Amino acid sequence: MAALLGSALGVSLTSIAADLDIREVTNDTWALIGHTEDLTPQNRGNIANAGFIATPQGVVVIDTSASKSLGEAWRAAIEARTQAPIVRVFNTHLHPDHILGNQAFPAEALATLPPTVESIREVGEAFNDNLYRMVGEAMKGTNVVVPQTAAQPGLLELGGHRIRVMAMQGHSAADLVVFDETTGVLFTGDLVFFGRAPTTPHADLVRWRESLDALAALPFKRMVPGHGPVLDDRRGIDMTRRWIDWIERTFVEAAQAGLDMNDVLAMPLPAEWASLPLAASEYRRSVAHLYPGIERRVLSSAVSR
Amino acid sequence: MPSSLNRLRTLLLLVTWLATGPVMAADQADPLGDRGRWADMQRQFYRDGQVTFDPRVRVEVPANAEDAMNVPVAVDARALAGEQIDRIVVVADYNPILKVLEFEPVAVAPYLAFRMKVQQTTPIRAGVRLRDGRWLVGSAVVASQGGGCTAPSTGRGVAGWERTLNTVSARQFESSAGNRLRFSVLHPMDTGLANGIPAFFIDDLSIRDADGRTIARILPAEPVSENPVFTLELGGVQRVTQIDGRDNNGNKVLGSLR
Repeated sequence: MAALLGSALGVSLTSIAADLDIREVTNDTWALIGHTEDLTPQNRGNIANAGFIATPQGVVVIDTSASKSLGEAWRAAIEARTQAPIVRVFNTHLHPDHILGNQAFPAEALATLPPTVESIREVGEAFNDNLYRMVGEAMKGTNVVVPQTAAQPGLLELGGHRIRVMAMQGHSAADLVVFDETTGVLFTGDLVFFGRAPTTPHADLVRWRESLDALAALPFKRMVPGHGPVLDDRRGIDMTRRWIDWIERTFVEAAQAGLDMNDVLAMPLPAEWASLPLAASEYRRSVAHLYPGIERRVLSSAVSR
Repeated sequence: MPSSLNRLRTLLLLVTWLATGPVMAADQADPLGDRGRWADMQRQFYRDGQVTFDPRVRVEVPANAEDAMNVPVAVDARALAGEQIDRIVVVADYNPILKVLEFEPVAVAPYLAFRMKVQQTTPIRAGVRLRDGRWLVGSAVVASQGGGCTAPSTGRGVAGWERTLNTVSARQFESSAGNRLRFSVLHPMDTGLANGIPAFFIDDLSIRDADGRTIARILPAEPVSENPVFTLELGGVQRVTQIDGRDNNGNKVLGSLR
């Protein structure tokens, strides 16, 4: 199948596949590691991680990357490494860099948490338009495919793997986490970032912290974060927590000092974050996402009508 | 040079002046480059007086709008100290609704920060009308992927939004930098451009001091963001005690500061 697909689609798929950074995480388990960059035509939108667990009775895929062509290359890479059929494809959350490769996978295998089904249905097209604008031609032919299956949190036993599916939240309204209890590999989705600044367009920081606590309590051996390299420790959890704590503290202090949004946008990045990729741009985006809510809390604590 | 040629040149200049008029003679090139709509904007909003681009009128916007529904804008004309300001008119060249708001800094500093919706990449202009009739204009461009004006407000999706309509939250901040008022009013600020949702927006707000005098007035239009937040620099005014006004459906806004 892999050979057939490869030859049928010719050179372009081969060159995309060659660009995919696919790492063996442990036996039967691989991760696709995206570039720790913003979306650009040069990186073709390949900025998010994905993964798969290949059991003898079927393959469980976690996320599908950002476009039809990336999804196809990702699927070809999976099928080059296992003969087993793809039986389940999870979308960890709604964001386009993780789900716009859906159309390359069997539609009946796609599943995600119910709020994510709804949100992909609502904003998927807008995300797709946005990626065409940012990534350009590499998005060609990409359509939104909404998973039709509501993922159930709980234990999935497949081919000798005990795979726990968990519903968390905080990075988005519904963050699906996959923990393979058999191998100790944890796929966190975008609850964990490492080596690039976290993104916050649908974040709830209180819930996010709770989820980071829950992740830290799991007996994982290796972790595949949503963005950044495979980790053997909690550095990703710690960095993500430090970032969201810093963002919130900065915004609360700014609101209490009476700063307007433009004042907050103009604040310099502290030395702690100066070398983190995308720190400056994600800080600015987070001002837009989170400052209005924090500011409203500070203002409304003062006076009412 | 022969005097007849001189006379001819004077005549030509006079003819040119008569043809174009004094307003056109005062025109300057748009500092943002040819953005296409500046002449229309000037004709529609900055009328009946000489119009000059003036770097003392600063318009601060982010280069890129992360959220087209909430683009932060600060208009700062405090460098015009000594000029008699009547009002400041803020417009967006490429919004479907061009006028954003008017601001009368009656007794406060000519500074106003707020957030607005943009439909696409557009210049934001602030024209300061002086009492002597001149317009001093500042501009800035915000890039946007757009859609801010034709989307419905988000608050309408929340049950019971009517109960909190026009709730005012306000706070004064005193620091070495000055005496600042920030306030928000809960309101959908619907533009009328989203399907089936009529225009519904706050169109008049007065900020009053302890003696009930209006020290500043804001006349928002549809492009001002949902649940508007305004920041004013109070200058010499010590205390704001009341903010009142109405929306275009006649609902009252009334908030008092302790």
